[in-house]
Amino acid sequence: MIKRRILSVLLENEPGALSRIMGLFSQRGYNVDSLCVATTADPSLSRLTITTQCDDKVIEQITKQINKLVDVFKVSDLTDGDHVERELMLVKVATPTEQVRAEIKRSVDIFRGQIVDVSPRNYTIQVTGPSDKLDALLRTLSESADVTEASRTGVCGLARGEKSLKI
Amino acid sequence: MEMMSGAEMVVRALKDVGVKYVFGYPGGAVLDIYDALFRQDEVKHILVRHEQGASHMADGYARSTGDTGTVLVTSGPGATNTLTGIATAYMDSIPMVILSGQVPSMHIGEDAFQETDMVGCSRPIVKHSFLVKKAEDIPVAIAKAYYIANSGRPGPVVIDLPKDIVNIQESHPYEFPENIDIRSYNPTAKGHNKQIKKAAEALKAAKRPVFYVGGGAIAADSSADIIALAEQFNAPVTNTLMGLGAFPGTHPQFVGMLGMHGTLEANKTMHNADCILALGARFDDRVTNNVAKFCPHANIIHVDVDPASISKTVNAHIPIVGSVEKVIEQLKPHVKDITPETQKEKLADWWQQIEQWRSRKCLSYKTSDEVIKPQQVIESLYKHTNGEAFVSSDVGQHQMFAALYYPFDKPRQWINSGGLGTMGFGLPAAMGVQFAHPDAISAVVTGDGSIQMNIQELSTCLQYNLPIKIISLNNRALGMVRQWQDMIYKGRHSHSYMESMPDFVKLAEAYGHVGIKVDHPSELDDAMARCMAMKDKLVFMDIAVDQNEHVYPMQIKFGAMDEMRLSKTERT
Repeated sequence: MIKRRILSVLLENEPGALSRIMGLFSQRGYNVDSLCVATTADPSLSRLTITTQCDDKVIEQITKQINKLVDVFKVSDLTDGDHVERELMLVKVATPTEQVRAEIKRSVDIFRGQIVDVSPRNYTIQVTGPSDKLDALLRTLSESADVTEASRTGVCGLARGEKSLKI
Repeated sequence: MEMMSGAEMVVRALKDVGVKYVFGYPGGAVLDIYDALFRQDEVKHILVRHEQGASHMADGYARSTGDTGTVLVTSGPGATNTLTGIATAYMDSIPMVILSGQVPSMHIGEDAFQETDMVGCSRPIVKHSFLVKKAEDIPVAIAKAYYIANSGRPGPVVIDLPKDIVNIQESHPYEFPENIDIRSYNPTAKGHNKQIKKAAEALKAAKRPVFYVGGGAIAADSSADIIALAEQFNAPVTNTLMGLGAFPGTHPQFVGMLGMHGTLEANKTMHNADCILALGARFDDRVTNNVAKFCPHANIIHVDVDPASISKTVNAHIPIVGSVEKVIEQLKPHVKDITPETQKEKLADWWQQIEQWRSRKCLSYKTSDEVIKPQQVIESLYKHTNGEAFVSSDVGQHQMFAALYYPFDKPRQWINSGGLGTMGFGLPAAMGVQFAHPDAISAVVTGDGSIQMNIQELSTCLQYNLPIKIISLNNRALGMVRQWQDMIYKGRHSHSYMESMPDFVKLAEAYGHVGIKVDHPSELDDAMARCMAMKDKLVFMDIAVDQNEHVYPMQIKFGAMDEMRLSKTERT
């Protein structure tokens, strides 16, 4: 059964390490829906969160193939266990009238977002949450205003409780 | 601490990891390294005629010894010319290190002369790669590269060396690392004990077992263990194309190679088995045929050092991650109570069935008084080398004939591009073999198509006096392509025929070697004897063989393992 998966990867923070992982996805024909990567508390390590859609057999292969890369310490599939996942989105919307401004402000409050930049004709909004919440806000905004642009970080996630990915 | 230039560090580190031969070709970005090579005589450099040749030589050297092969090339075209060789080694898990020159660091990304992103180009076909940024990092990068290349599941590793860091004008302290520790890389060698116990139970319970042995068994040097285990269990054994020699070809328990062009008895044995012990084999599409119909009755035990190979195509019932050698060692105490005598009794029906399949003699073929049959050439080669030659092969019909008609008794004796199927592999690979084994017979089985893909290396053979024996099955066509066109495309031979073949005898002579033309079946044995008698000469045997001969048996597409064509008119 094809379902959405969130993979968390701990790898050496070295040039080329990321391209090896991404290369593996394209070379073996796996999809990437989103990708989020940054260094960890230990600056010699990077942590990568990838979301993809695939079945059990494919996720097993992806996990094994990533694990095989020399730069990779650990791979974990967050989807199966309890986990927290968040994504951050910045959206710019056009605000030509007072009525639109008020409407946008209400929506942003409901979604617990923040307006982080204001100009005479635009609001820039920041919101975090699971991806479907961001999708819902985007839909709501575009019903009452013109969405000029949006930038999303892609999902990042951690397992709940004691479980952790470390060396 | 010793001070030296980056170029000297490269050569010194190669010596310190135990490299004896470097196969390479000089050029702008590596001139400093070549200067360092010139000023020492411990690491021997072999000058090839094309960088692809260098990569296959290093590969043949590695396959025939188990040691890591080494390639040194310049940036840009020098580097990209090795890519086919790297991919060949990658597909067959061969340990190899490729040192490529790179434009100076400050010019990387500027599209400088002979610049190519070698780390990027090679990324999908290497086990790992390094772009070295500082001269001080050279020894560690080289030590790590050789460790990675030849541990776990072996494979090629690229080291890209920008010209400025190997500058002979600058000196740096040289320190070779005593221990290599790569914190993110810990290949598993030992199998999980619980799984090993399960495997032992399954093997003991089996009434129709088979051992399916692949290249991983050769990489793990586990032939002796496999023979002992197979004899203890009295089990039939089949080798993959990559595993030929891992279990002896003349052993009574050997049922032949399996797969697309496997023997009837090997494929039948697999299909009807109730327990398959896969040792370092990867269930690839040229073995399984239709995965949905693959061995429906079998309990599959899959031993592989690479977890990603397990359950990739065929689901294993008992997966064991570990090297073949270690896993067999772990298995031994659990199967102590098994004796060949009781097994003989237990498997009597199974063997009776296998003998019946064998009695079909699927490799028999009709000889002719007029024209030489390709199978006959391989049998003659076997006879005149006492079955002891290193046989390197190119790719095509001749490769399958060699695999089927030359029973290999020792591992590392059969050298072929199994996974990638690289035409042009044979001659340079045989050269690598000859460097590693100067006193052995290093033969190439090739065809008129394949040999022309790296024929320039005949010149290298003269320079280093390599007495290679080239057995070219000349059918004036690309035989395997032609066979498929006969079978699938109603005999429309689209571009599988070459209008103007060179005179191979004259060509060999032009390169300073001996050429022998053989046209008639009656001349074959004498010619082969003459060829082998010329111990110090490279001999090119241009043997005209039957153009219409097909390789059989052959699996029927989308069928089960044992659904096969046995000749142009018969099928299972």
